[in-house]
Amino acid sequence: MEGMIENGAFFRMKKINKYYQMGEEQAHILKDIDLEIEEGEYLSVLGPSGSGKSTLMNIIGCLDVPTSGQYTLHGQSVDDMTEVELARLRGVEIGFIFQNSQLLPRLTAQKNVEQPMIYAGIGPKERRRRASELLERVGLSDRMEHMPSQLSGGQQQRVAIARALAGNPTLLLADEPTGALDQKTGRQVMTLFRELNDEGRTIIMITHDMNIAANARRVVRIIDGELLEGGSVSDA
Amino acid sequence: MLKSIRSASIMLGECVKMSLSNIRGNRARSFLTVLGILIGVAAVIALITTVNGFSGSLSSSFSSMGAGTLTMTVSGSDLKSGLTTGDLNELTKLEAIDGVTPSVSLSSRVSRGGNYETRISVSGKNAYYFQQNESLMKRGRTINISDEDSMTFVCIISPDMVKDFFYGVDPIGESLYIDGIPFRVIGLMNEDGDSSISGMMSGSPDILIPYTTAMKMNNVNVVTSVTAYLADGWTSETATEPLEARLDEMFSYEEDCYEIMDMSSIEETMTSMLNMVSALLAGIASIALVVGGIGIMNMMLTTVTERTTEIGLKKALGAIPWQIQTQFLIESFLLSIIGGAAGIALGLLLSLILSQAMGTGFEISTFAILLGAGFSAAVGILFGWAPARKASKLNPIDALRSV
Repeated sequence: MEGMIENGAFFRMKKINKYYQMGEEQAHILKDIDLEIEEGEYLSVLGPSGSGKSTLMNIIGCLDVPTSGQYTLHGQSVDDMTEVELARLRGVEIGFIFQNSQLLPRLTAQKNVEQPMIYAGIGPKERRRRASELLERVGLSDRMEHMPSQLSGGQQQRVAIARALAGNPTLLLADEPTGALDQKTGRQVMTLFRELNDEGRTIIMITHDMNIAANARRVVRIIDGELLEGGSVSDA
Repeated sequence: MLKSIRSASIMLGECVKMSLSNIRGNRARSFLTVLGILIGVAAVIALITTVNGFSGSLSSSFSSMGAGTLTMTVSGSDLKSGLTTGDLNELTKLEAIDGVTPSVSLSSRVSRGGNYETRISVSGKNAYYFQQNESLMKRGRTINISDEDSMTFVCIISPDMVKDFFYGVDPIGESLYIDGIPFRVIGLMNEDGDSSISGMMSGSPDILIPYTTAMKMNNVNVVTSVTAYLADGWTSETATEPLEARLDEMFSYEEDCYEIMDMSSIEETMTSMLNMVSALLAGIASIALVVGGIGIMNMMLTTVTERTTEIGLKKALGAIPWQIQTQFLIESFLLSIIGGAAGIALGLLLSLILSQAMGTGFEISTFAILLGAGFSAAVGILFGWAPARKASKLNPIDALRSV
């Protein structure tokens, strides 16, 4: 594994550009994005809607590829990966947390957490054990057999966080993780993020909400497709 | 290698579970979708099984009456209008022939006491006939050689005749008037009656009498319908030649005096005709399968659209395209197989009912079951392929954005 790490970079984006064809016109969504993150960092990307932050998140999450530029994640160059390689990389390196928790409605909390492990080829016993552990970690040990519809929004989001942790990913990637929650449960989720970061998890959180962004230890702003280093929390 | 097989099998197991839960979750829609396949498979199975049973009972009755026999229909020449008793004896002497049975048919008025019936089928037979059809008799004695020789007025009657003329009386020893002539009843036939080819063709006769007596009643001295029973070691192919030679000689080599029907060739023709009909019907029924397949495709396409978010999510969670494709393929396969299994069951039930109604044999055809199973599996994969591929090709971002 060590040999694969080039330049020792954990996460590095260099001159990332993304164009979208919008009818006749070409929209320049991301403009020469440079971003480097150390292992164990907690970064938030702050930007209004239409700023290109979703596109950036998709590229970070290996759901989309940049038009030009270089992206290295955990020592692996993502630029020329095939669809299958990207999928495997997503499974191994990245844990997604979406705005709406995006749980599968017909599965229990436990089974939802097990999902990524199925694709990773982990056997049922081990899956159960790890899912229980993770649900315990997010404080839902008494809700394992509940269906998503029987859980509150905050609980659903915590299940989604447990699911994101299931593959023991290098990077937790959250897109407006509190967007669908009220303030109180939103704060609980933010506390959980902090704890996870304290445990050494690297987190990137994308948000339009400055108060939420302030939970991170480092904030960058994205405006009109350009990334501006926002400095530390205190500066933001 | 081992690890990837293991992880693939874990994935497949989960796919089956997931698919079953999806099918169950959409019970009404799944049922309607499956119905097409069910009807198609049931129709194919019922048709094949029924035709098989029918041709089975046909060939078994053919072999009971036809195996080792040749049936001659004599039209005769100007000089010689049929076969005399002497000719029959001549034929019996042929090495290829074990014995012959003439058949002389009458349609008679039958009466007893105040009761009468007209157009009763009466058939003249010889003693040899009863040796060949031992199961024919229920009780009493058969027509024997001395009946033949002395043209006695004795008869063997069917259960129908017993019912019509001898209610509450033991018929044996009683008399029955056939065209005004008193006949003594000497025996009773079984329910099944005459299952020989001549019996089949004339409809089972209700009354059997000595053929010589029948000839006298018909005022003829020749017979025109004769069944020859072949000696051991002879087949209809090998026996035809010496029989023809002898008959040619009898009719002074005139042409078109007789016709020899070979049961086995008739059976072959009928079986191949039946098979053709069954293939044709099965072909038509399989249209239903195609329609069923389109139903499955439609449902799968709808499902893929409905579950776009789920697909996107799974991709985000690390599912690779073939895993997504496999999941949807398994779902359409399962739908189709469930329909196929139900169709096989329904088809067999239908053909059981049909065989009972038509009185033919019922035989579970492995071929039909394999065909039904294979067909439905193929339909599931074939018509599930495109929707599953569509699902696997979905861009995860578009899929997730569609919320």
